[in-house]
Amino acid sequence: MSQRRVVITGLGIISAVGQNVAAFQDSMRAGRHGIAALEGVDRTQLRFQNGAEVRGFDARAHFADKQLELLDRFAQFALVAAREAVADARIEWSDELRERTGIVTGSCLGGKISEDEAFAAFHRREGVRVHPLSIPRAMTNAAASHISMEFGITGPAYTISTACASSGHAIGQALLMVRSGLTDLAITGGSEAPFTLGHLKKWEPLRVVAPDTCRPFSKDRRGMILGEGGAMLVIEPLESARARGAHIHAELVGFGMSSDAHHITQPSAAGAARAMRVALRDADVRPEQVGYVNAHGTATQVNDPMETEAIREAFGRHADKLAVSSTKSMHGHALGAAGAIEAVASILALEEGVLPPTANFLEPDPRCDLDCIPNEARRAEVEYALSNSFAFGGLNAVLVFRRGEN
Amino acid sequence: MSDTIGERVIEVVARYQKVSPEEISLKTTFDELGMTSLDALGLIAELEEEFGTDIPNEDAFRIRDVEQAAETMRRLVSASYAGEGEATGQVG
Repeated sequence: MSQRRVVITGLGIISAVGQNVAAFQDSMRAGRHGIAALEGVDRTQLRFQNGAEVRGFDARAHFADKQLELLDRFAQFALVAAREAVADARIEWSDELRERTGIVTGSCLGGKISEDEAFAAFHRREGVRVHPLSIPRAMTNAAASHISMEFGITGPAYTISTACASSGHAIGQALLMVRSGLTDLAITGGSEAPFTLGHLKKWEPLRVVAPDTCRPFSKDRRGMILGEGGAMLVIEPLESARARGAHIHAELVGFGMSSDAHHITQPSAAGAARAMRVALRDADVRPEQVGYVNAHGTATQVNDPMETEAIREAFGRHADKLAVSSTKSMHGHALGAAGAIEAVASILALEEGVLPPTANFLEPDPRCDLDCIPNEARRAEVEYALSNSFAFGGLNAVLVFRRGEN
Repeated sequence: MSDTIGERVIEVVARYQKVSPEEISLKTTFDELGMTSLDALGLIAELEEEFGTDIPNEDAFRIRDVEQAAETMRRLVSASYAGEGEATGQVG
């Protein structure tokens, strides 16, 4: 069976640097970060103090009270992003299309805030009842289920949880479904809401969260900054997008996966490079055709030199001509939502011809000697872009995007 | 003066690595004990628990043998005693 070309016709996002696509794009252009002292948790009980929160988010402006009872913050972010993406794609729903539409969401944590609240209440007062909706709020597939109910979508829907690569893997699975003809449309992306004390305490002994800010590829980087949010794409075959006159943001041309088989937290350059090579081969793209890589770029001591080495291994001499940035420096590391947020950043970069910078950059690190677009966005017409997601546990997902033909 | 902190550190390492304290001295490195970087993070958390003090990242990342662990704990424990002596009316 011949494979169909797949394009992105809808974008939606909510993040620390913009609660819709226009605001997010404005932040990417300006190199503006959303990192500040955490407001949503009791910081006196935490060693690290800063995060990239979605500030001023008023859930009641988006959801009725009765619906909100069922929605953990991570599911709220998924729905807000899905609504924007579906509206942007101007989908005209029919029963047949609803059956032929798939949903694949990514989340590392699921409804951790709801779970933490339930556990805390129980352990403080032994024997107390927990909130009756704790299970449906906390389940990791809740976001996919609520999206299906919101739009009456009755095709295949599921959730992928591969830590920090969750939504990279999710978007890749959706691509495979639409490309093969299993579905004619897909809503795909991810969401995460990690800011709850019980969860944040677990990051402390790992010592990978920065006490100050996120400075990927910079010599003085001190670790990652956690972020929250959600992002969704609407994808469909090129033919149907053209037939209905839809605006095409970009084409989703390739997907590569690999596993390191190495270590539960330490990444391996070989595994990351393999995922990039597989993605380029899947896209049928030569390294020289790629102009931009949205890096995993966590700003830990270990990731950034590893990723530099992996990019050199995958791109060879072309690595010195590549522009590579980590937008985590602005929206933080949104774990299972990171791949989707960074996919949106990559698509907007291709569409507008403006590459987002690595913010908070101070000084080059000889071990991270790539052009990482320090601090200021750059105008550049690029045909192909990669988005890297590398998970704890060595599970890697790489997406390849091509500038859209409108 | 006997090195009680060094002895306590050796006991924590032995308990954590499930070996006899006699097999460990201040000169023993984490590599010799077959410890990965993740094992080291776990041990550092155990040391924090044992001594009731936080070990900053800057110190934690330097510790690669028992002597460095003991040296760090001696310094942090004496600093926290000194802190207790002068901290009156100061919170946070």
